[in-house]
Amino acid sequence: MEWEVVIGLEIHVQLNTQSKIFSGAATAYGAQPNTQACAVDLGLPGVLPVLNKDAVAKAAMFGLAVDATINDGSVFDRKNYFYPDLPKGYQISQLAIPIVEHGTLEISLEDGTTKSVGITRAHLEEDAGKSLHEDFDGMTGIDLNRAGTPLIEIVSEPDMSSAKEAVAYMKKIHSIVTYLGICDGNMQEGSFRCDANVSVRRKGDSELGTRTETKNLNSFRFVERAINYEIERQIDVIESGGKVVQETRLYDADDDSTRAMRSKEEANDYRYFPDPDLLPVKLEQGLLEQLQASLPELPDVKQARFMDEYSLNQEDAEQLSSSRAMADYFEQVVAGEKEQAKISANWVLGELSAALNQNGLDISQSPVSAEKLAQLIARIADNTISGKIAKEVFQDMWNSDKSADQVIQEKGLQQISDVGELEAIVDKVIADNPNQVEQYLSGKDKVFGFFVGNVMKATKGKANPKQVNDLLKSKLSK
Amino acid sequence: MALSTEDIRNIAKLAKLQINADELEQYKQDLSRILEFVEQMNQADVDNIEPMAHPQDMMQSLRVDEVIESDQREKFQHIAPATQDGLYLVPKVIE
Repeated sequence: MEWEVVIGLEIHVQLNTQSKIFSGAATAYGAQPNTQACAVDLGLPGVLPVLNKDAVAKAAMFGLAVDATINDGSVFDRKNYFYPDLPKGYQISQLAIPIVEHGTLEISLEDGTTKSVGITRAHLEEDAGKSLHEDFDGMTGIDLNRAGTPLIEIVSEPDMSSAKEAVAYMKKIHSIVTYLGICDGNMQEGSFRCDANVSVRRKGDSELGTRTETKNLNSFRFVERAINYEIERQIDVIESGGKVVQETRLYDADDDSTRAMRSKEEANDYRYFPDPDLLPVKLEQGLLEQLQASLPELPDVKQARFMDEYSLNQEDAEQLSSSRAMADYFEQVVAGEKEQAKISANWVLGELSAALNQNGLDISQSPVSAEKLAQLIARIADNTISGKIAKEVFQDMWNSDKSADQVIQEKGLQQISDVGELEAIVDKVIADNPNQVEQYLSGKDKVFGFFVGNVMKATKGKANPKQVNDLLKSKLSK
Repeated sequence: MALSTEDIRNIAKLAKLQINADELEQYKQDLSRILEFVEQMNQADVDNIEPMAHPQDMMQSLRVDEVIESDQREKFQHIAPATQDGLYLVPKVIE
């Protein structure tokens, strides 16, 4: 039996405003519990919400970046449910007229083709607080610092048909919102999280299968795993004669499975209605033009430019442009020396990225600056050091604040440029190994590597590999 | 449209309201009458009228993004039934 998978994602993006969406309390992460929860956030009687201008602008900016319609006159509604981390008894959200509708973006698939994914809508809403369930003598602890943090919830069309596509879409959204600078993108701190709607149907069926919603996935890896688990689970249920139940599920990273969540409210009956405390949102005159003019170069455009301007292949260009910080770093390394673009890309995506990953650092925190890496690459280009020695130099630069030249100087790593000196070493290696010379001359080409290795060993890697090859070839053929 | 007793029970449950059995009938009649009134309004011809989201014909005024609130946790927690380590305590919500 062949199955078809249908996936749609809802992504919650915290907007990085200074203050909350409806109050003047701070949004900074990690403060002492409830020190950033004011009367409005606590839902005390008599308070009124006043909308944050920047939250509106940031949501509109996202809309522009995904070619969406920005609604002039979007409306806030109350979504009613009872949960202690939502003290008002309702979340202020947008239902009928969200600020952003009908957008689209392109994702790259593994086979090198692209696919367009529709964005149904992106609406403004307030985040809830946090419930802490452990250790309070049978009570639950509530921290309302997060309550009222501005969010946009980005709802996709059910256009994705595998976990990999869903992850590619999520990564693209992540890259766009961080490029725009409207979200810090920190998934561990919950600034960017995702719910996945998944259903399966037999290939050829026109009707959609029953879907489940898996909540609060806060890493790309979890999204992929949770979706794959759900796909298999649903197929198993149907193949064994059962029916998929429409429900909300929770992904458990510890045993890599999803389980049904106890529903917060029967039948998800949220009894939405327009919030009488808030008026429709008129966009300020000229706001869209102003935002349009301030849009940065977005990932797709940057990728195309990298391929064109620096002759990079698609994979390198895509990886480099996936983060604005990495793309900027790369361009600083190249600094106009376009013939160094490929080797620069290799270093940024290779040695540097590996070191950053290993140390859990973001590229903005790299101990080796773009200028320093550029100097290192220049020393490879001008044959001062080989690529292999450069890796050693890089490690030293990473662990100190020395420049490439300082490390090369101090450790005496520059390549032997004196041909006479190198010749003498080559001669000695040949003279010391008459057996291998004989083998080589009798046609065993493989022995050539033995000579190269010995010369490199004798020079501690400081010889120019090409020069060594040339010298050995000419001397051995004599 | 007439509501059933079951509808009333469900609405009360969603709104976390306790309704005594002897009040059910009264609520059923009152709420059904409201719906009848809505039904009556639905008869009005509104084809050429733009829907409105708010009775006041105004647009939302916006706030500059600034932190203007200071920490008043002590004050707020003073009136809370139970707190610990800066958290508000509520009856346990999950098993």
